[in-house]
Amino acid sequence: MRKFEYAMPRSVDEVFQYLENNAAVKAGGIDLLDRMKEYEISPGRLVNINGIEALRYIKNGNGLRLGPSVTLAELAASKKLTGAWRVIALAAAGAATPQIRNIATLAGNLCQRPRCWYFRSADFHCTRKGGDTCFALDGENQYHAIIGNSDGCVIVHPSAMATALLALDAVIVIENGKDSRTVALADFYMTPAQDIQRETVLQADELITEISVPGTMQGWKSHYNKLKEKQAFDWPLAEVAVALQMDGKRVKDVRVVLGAAAPVPMRSELAEMVLKNSVLTHELARTAAGEAMENAEPLSENGYKVRIFKTMIYRTLCHAAGMDPFAGGV
Amino acid sequence: MSKKYKLKVGVQENLRDLTVEVNDNQPRPWDGSDHLKYIGKEQTRIDGREKVTGRAKYTFDRQLPGMLWARFLRSPYPAAVVKSIDSSEAEKMPGVYAVITVAEKLPMTIRFAGQEILAVAADSDCVAEEAVRRIQIEYDKKPFVVSADEARKADAPRVYSGMNSNMRETRIRPEDARESDYDRLLSGSHVRVDQTYRTQVQTHSAMETHGIVAVWEDARHLKAWASTQGTFAVRNDLADYFGLPKSNVRVITEYMGGGFGAKLGGGIYYIMAARLAKKTGKPVRLMLNRKEEHLSVGNRPDSVQHLQIGADRNGKITAIKLKSYGTAGIGTGAGTSGPARNIYQTDNIYVAETDVLTNAGPGAAFRAPGHPQGVFALEQAIDELAWKLKMDPLEFRRINTAGDERRRVEYRIGAGKIGWHKRNPKAGADKGVIKRGLGVANSVWYYIYGRGFVCSIQVHSDGSVLLTNGVQDIGGGIGTVMAMVVAEELGLKPTDIEVKIGDTQYGLGPASGGSQTTAGITPAVRDAAWAAGQRVLKIAADMMNEKIQNLELADGRILVKNKKEKFITWKKACSKIPGDQFTVSGERVKDNHGLQRRTIAGVQFADVSVDIETGVVTVNKIVAVHDCGRPMDRLTIRNQINGGVIQGISYALFENRILDRNTGVMVNANLEQYKIAGSVDVPQIESVILDVNEGQSSTGAIGIGEPATVPTAAAIANAVYHAIGVRVRELPMTPQRILAALDQTKGVK
Ligand SMILES: Cc1cc2nc3c(=O)[nH]c(=O)nc-3n(C[C@H](O)[C@H](O)[C@H](O)COP(=O)(O)OP(=O)(O)OC[C@H]3O[C@@H](n4cnc5c(N)ncnc54)[C@H](O)[C@@H]3O)c2cc1C
Repeated sequence: MRKFEYAMPRSVDEVFQYLENNAAVKAGGIDLLDRMKEYEISPGRLVNINGIEALRYIKNGNGLRLGPSVTLAELAASKKLTGAWRVIALAAAGAATPQIRNIATLAGNLCQRPRCWYFRSADFHCTRKGGDTCFALDGENQYHAIIGNSDGCVIVHPSAMATALLALDAVIVIENGKDSRTVALADFYMTPAQDIQRETVLQADELITEISVPGTMQGWKSHYNKLKEKQAFDWPLAEVAVALQMDGKRVKDVRVVLGAAAPVPMRSELAEMVLKNSVLTHELARTAAGEAMENAEPLSENGYKVRIFKTMIYRTLCHAAGMDPFAGGV
Repeated sequence: MSKKYKLKVGVQENLRDLTVEVNDNQPRPWDGSDHLKYIGKEQTRIDGREKVTGRAKYTFDRQLPGMLWARFLRSPYPAAVVKSIDSSEAEKMPGVYAVITVAEKLPMTIRFAGQEILAVAADSDCVAEEAVRRIQIEYDKKPFVVSADEARKADAPRVYSGMNSNMRETRIRPEDARESDYDRLLSGSHVRVDQTYRTQVQTHSAMETHGIVAVWEDARHLKAWASTQGTFAVRNDLADYFGLPKSNVRVITEYMGGGFGAKLGGGIYYIMAARLAKKTGKPVRLMLNRKEEHLSVGNRPDSVQHLQIGADRNGKITAIKLKSYGTAGIGTGAGTSGPARNIYQTDNIYVAETDVLTNAGPGAAFRAPGHPQGVFALEQAIDELAWKLKMDPLEFRRINTAGDERRRVEYRIGAGKIGWHKRNPKAGADKGVIKRGLGVANSVWYYIYGRGFVCSIQVHSDGSVLLTNGVQDIGGGIGTVMAMVVAEELGLKPTDIEVKIGDTQYGLGPASGGSQTTAGITPAVRDAAWAAGQRVLKIAADMMNEKIQNLELADGRILVKNKKEKFITWKKACSKIPGDQFTVSGERVKDNHGLQRRTIAGVQFADVSVDIETGVVTVNKIVAVHDCGRPMDRLTIRNQINGGVIQGISYALFENRILDRNTGVMVNANLEQYKIAGSVDVPQIESVILDVNEGQSSTGAIGIGEPATVPTAAAIANAVYHAIGVRVRELPMTPQRILAALDQTKGVK
């Protein structure tokens, strides 16, 4: 790790005074420090926003407004996150370890960089770091993407919170001290085809000041599941978030989001199409899960993830609808 | 001069008479008729408070005034020649004190990614790391090979140039065996298993990394704190390297955060640290980081084991044939045949083992070298044979280990605790997606002990007792056990005994390897304590006007046997020690008789659930029944069993060193992607410790550290088979492998 300056602004306005040149926003620092240790980045200054209480809140009313610095532990324990919003608490509770959740923040989780072991290691200068080789493509790719992996980088996006929030049509509020803009979460992330070196549209001098969820989804049901190899902290082999609007037994509207499947958290429109306006049964959930994997193109070592996604999509749909997935037969 | 004693020896309560002859300066060995106050009970660690409050100082914590921080520069390439090194930029940096190379001259050959090239010492860790980054190395990259299967091919790049193959000479046992004789026996068998089993490379991943803090007290005296399981080995290596008398080198290991076999000596790091300290005239700290720990200081070699076992109609094994190979990287030691040769009763055992060299970090002794691998293959093959015979796998084991009373008892206890006889006799029979299964596997290890260890005991006139010996506590709690032995012998409490260990200034102690620490040191401790007791008894006899034979030591007193009201206190007797204190010692000598059973047995049962739609295996429970001679501290033994089981689960399901096939670089050299079982992955572990008295030494202790981890992965694999009806013959048993195994059988059907 290189030497750096350290700034501790007390207000949002103050943040922007420090956010110049080679500065980086530090929230919990969980992701940032790891990357600094591997020399993936070497900021000249860290701007620690952890002391700004105003960025740390969970407000519900018609919609839901989340401060960027709210921690995963706070989200996991929040009594306000029920109904449609439960998916947020479930995703937060399933991420990382208790110690990390106590310090890791929501915006930090959304902006964390991929865990691809080639990208993370100082030993590999991969395409995402400006090199010309994707080492995973014909290397050790058992944890890599099964969808959208033909654009020179086969990472999976690591954010559990993005997976959950995408199911709720979340919006990100971004400021730079002069202007403010809102970006739909779906547009916040960039595929390798859009920009192979960045995962988000966030600029270096920008700060996420809020994550909000529209009130229109009130009354929906939701669920989130994560499948890990190891049950103590582990990254997902597959994670699925589902939001469901039911009309009796019929699916009125639905979001099926896949994490750890592609370079960006993604909605499965294929699955959603199968479900929408149909009566939700175990069979339909299975069909939708199968359909979701229609466009999967696994790499040499990760074909098994397709099977696991089918299972997890099915189970999450069942859970969201309040059905027992194990009652439906194999 | 010697004395004869009639002892009660045997397994649990099943005791028989045995007469042994022991030296005059030794007590009557503890035997099955002794019911002792501390030994065999549970004793909390005498240094537990220090550890949990953070007051215990490990090598990692050691910081000396003026100390420098050292860092290695390591090769990023698995095979190369270092042509030139330019460290001028680094040497100009403020705070950099020295840059020294491992090789005396260039060119230097690199054989694995992570090999040490040079080390830097600077006044902070940051500066040392930055200095390393500013050093320019010119490499001539060479072709490499990182998988054992690839390395076996005739056209594979050679790890050591000049060798005509990467395969070392195959070791065949019995040496004069003819393979065809065994093939004949196998093909004539009523049933036969013929399968290949694969295990992965596991790294030791001890909590405390390897490292040392070295300081030259003057030009001829070197002192070092080292995280080692062999203080004396490190001392000898350092003395050798610097041409110093052993008496001038002192190695200290006060507390240590684990080693599992990787810290038995032979480290480049401690030579480099001492060289840097010499060159700079300052203390130097060189602790490896987690990545270096994975790459360069040892691992459990992988294995490919082709096993054939035959049995007759009655379930008696006719022959066992094992052909295996594996890679310990640039080192050797990938053999796996111990279990095949030492568990089952048949005269017809053939093994052939080959070490394959690859461009990867060297293997090292790792908690029962070769045995978790060997048992994973053997105990699955045994299970497969039993299923083929339509015989209860436990019954099949019983028939083929009938001569070993310990195993008989262990099977019975374990089967009862896991509910073996209530299990569904069919495999894969559970309905639904989550299927449950039970499995069993045998352990095996050996009774090993060294000699010449010397413990000293000082008794002071205030009654205080100091025990010293150089043995290090690598975490097993040997200091506590030593205190228990002294307390037992002197009628004091373990907490009354001041124990000083982990320092080569004291008497020779065992290296903590081979599960021999307790067996090696406790007899010397007891003999020293016995001698101390005799001295104090003699003083007391004079004071009390009694014969020494009529006195005994108990509860801090010297009592007259059968007349308990007549006593004086330990302290009172000690107050009469002439000259304020005395010192006695005990030495580990040869056992009074050779044991018939050279092995340590043990059996584990696993209860698992398998989700057949995700491939996730959950271990619900492990029952571990083990023998270790006469148990000393049942609590530290239980710790060893728990640790062994947890490490075994981790080996079974998660751990895997992954080298990138295209660059030869390890991709998961951390503790995030190198996966180790965490608290949530640890099931209920029920352990049972047998009492096995042999009377072979004054304490009768044998060993437990290694046997406890040997059978876990195999028991889990057998339980997985029972659950899903499909064999998973490769470790780790990840969802990917479970799903693949399930798919395969679907294809066959
Ligand atoms: C062992 C381990 C296991 C993990 N498992 C999981 C898991 O299962 N699922 C999962 O989703 N995550 C997991 N994580 C990741 C962890 O959740 C994230 O690293 C963490 O949430 C990052 O939050 P932080 O506050 O520490 O971010 P930081 O490290 O402080 O920041 C991360 C990035 O976000 C930027 N940033 C932070 N806040 C703002 C803001 N307000 N505006 C603009 N930019 C900002 C920073 O500049 C930086 O680039 C795991 C991490 C570890 C170490």
